[in-house]
Amino acid sequence: MRARLLRFGPDALGKAGVVGSGRLYAAVAAGGFRRYATYRAATLAGVFTNTVFGVILAYTYIALWDERPHLGGYDQSQALTYVWLGQALLTTMCVMGTGFEEELIERIRTGDIAIDLYRPADLQLWWLAQDLGRALFQLLGRGLIPFVLGAWLFDLSLPASPLTWLAFLVAVALGVLVSYSFRFLVALAAFWLMDGAGITQMAWLAGVFCSGMVLPLNVFPGVLGEVVRALPWAALIQAPADVLMGEADLLGTFAFQAGWAVALLGAGRLLQVVATRRVVVQGG
Amino acid sequence: MDSHSHSHSQVDGSFDESHDSFSNNSFNESFIELDGVEKVFDVRKKTGFMRSERREVRAVDSISFRVARGEMVGYIGPNGAGKSTTIKMLTGILTPSGGRLRVAGIDPSRERTRLARRIGVVFGQRTTLWWDLPLIDSYKLMHRMYRIPDARYRENLDRCVELLELADLLDVPVRQLSLGQRMRGDIAAALLHDPEVLYLDEPTIGLDVISKARVREFLRDLNAERGTTVLLTTHDLQDIEQLCSRVMVIDHGRLMYDGPLTGLHEVGDSERTLVVDLERELPPVEVPSARVVRVEGPRQWLAFPASESAAPLVARIAAEYPLVDLSVREPDIEAVIAKMLHSMRDTPKPPPEQAERSGRAAS
Repeated sequence: MRARLLRFGPDALGKAGVVGSGRLYAAVAAGGFRRYATYRAATLAGVFTNTVFGVILAYTYIALWDERPHLGGYDQSQALTYVWLGQALLTTMCVMGTGFEEELIERIRTGDIAIDLYRPADLQLWWLAQDLGRALFQLLGRGLIPFVLGAWLFDLSLPASPLTWLAFLVAVALGVLVSYSFRFLVALAAFWLMDGAGITQMAWLAGVFCSGMVLPLNVFPGVLGEVVRALPWAALIQAPADVLMGEADLLGTFAFQAGWAVALLGAGRLLQVVATRRVVVQGG
Repeated sequence: MDSHSHSHSQVDGSFDESHDSFSNNSFNESFIELDGVEKVFDVRKKTGFMRSERREVRAVDSISFRVARGEMVGYIGPNGAGKSTTIKMLTGILTPSGGRLRVAGIDPSRERTRLARRIGVVFGQRTTLWWDLPLIDSYKLMHRMYRIPDARYRENLDRCVELLELADLLDVPVRQLSLGQRMRGDIAAALLHDPEVLYLDEPTIGLDVISKARVREFLRDLNAERGTTVLLTTHDLQDIEQLCSRVMVIDHGRLMYDGPLTGLHEVGDSERTLVVDLERELPPVEVPSARVVRVEGPRQWLAFPASESAAPLVARIAAEYPLVDLSVREPDIEAVIAKMLHSMRDTPKPPPEQAERSGRAAS
């Protein structure tokens, strides 16, 4: 058990080993970035879709906030900022899935996962590196343009201080980490379920509802609100949005996000140890 | 009967030979060592509502063999015989249920990552390459993953690119490669870090004749020049014939034969087929040591023992009949193995222990 948790092997303990691993996972992350950059037409189509949805949601929110000003503690401009942040972070956070997890589930289903295990690389770190590369591309390629367009079309409340923007980027990075570690758990479930379709759909549903894609989590009433704001999905969009709009206690928000990231990554590591022992049964 | 005991004495023989020197310099003597290795799976089967039955499946049942450094060995058997399970144990992603297993002196399942730097694995039906990106990107990743020194990496890459004719493919995304091109790409990816042993699972499956020949030639050169140990699983008898001096046949998780390929033909009494086209329709050809199995117009099919040369047979037919054209068909490896296994099972007095065990495995 102990030996398996220290999977990186003896050479990773040395300084050269850490540098070597760093270079490998940096290369994997760069690969993840370029994989998504390859599909330019898909990116353009995505930018268009996010913009259109942003406009539709923005007018819906305007109607709603006209009726109920200061709903959830946001004024109308903040509500619109929330809309466009949601559109910008939708793919970065993989709220609706379609990240690495579908590929990993497919590899587990077909048994291709065996090949990944033959290599001197750690499964969780490998996919994490790749997913960070993907997230960075989608933040720049799919998030930036709709957000800029949104800011141009509507009156958004954006901070002037570069420090706030920096804090926002930290919150986004932590959000990506939470998103990744949750999806890694979902993907590994395929070792037991043999088919990942059901669980990815559940994850998709939970993601859309609990991340605040439909409505800000601040708006959710009573106990339901308390619960969704404590769940890991709150780290994806609600947390970065509140950091950007100065509605959040910075350290508390970071601690909340980091706490979920550590817990889910730890669970993923344990599940990986158990799952790699099962690898066998599938695909001879 | 004779051949049966013969093949088993070979298995035991090689075992005893290396066993003495094992503790001293096992490293040079045998690179891969298996002593009574077993893998038992617990399979649960539903037998009714909320009820299930536990059943043991012996995928690998007490297998022992040695492979010396630089050997090229074919590892064959019917589907589900335990080949993949063995390879998974050899690479360390599966832990044996019993027995002792060493590759390069390392226990694979305990030190999988350390061993991974010294082995190469190629699966004909799976790919290690990065699907969306140009081929060269996957190689750059291997460079980092295996921490190959820069000079070594460039040298190995150049060599693979030249011999496997990959120069025009390096900038092509892997998803656009043909099966044969992808296969060559995968073989190169498995060799950049100078593995001491290469496990190949169906490396020529689905390839055309030219691609097959190219892959085989490359593997032969690799083995000759670098002394890379190769363990090859295949359903293509020609792969074995052209590459391996030694064949191991596994069935129901047990090693049934270990020796040269020619011996396999003898054990199984397998037959090759000579197809002759005569000038006109004639009654079945009559020659000793061959029998006509099929006649279709002027074309006739003759079966003859695989261990015998076709030359005298052809000479005789050419002398006595109006021969227009001919071809020789090799027996299908499945057929050879099936016949061999069949003849072994028919032996009057099989060792009682084995009969019992294989019976269990089959259940």
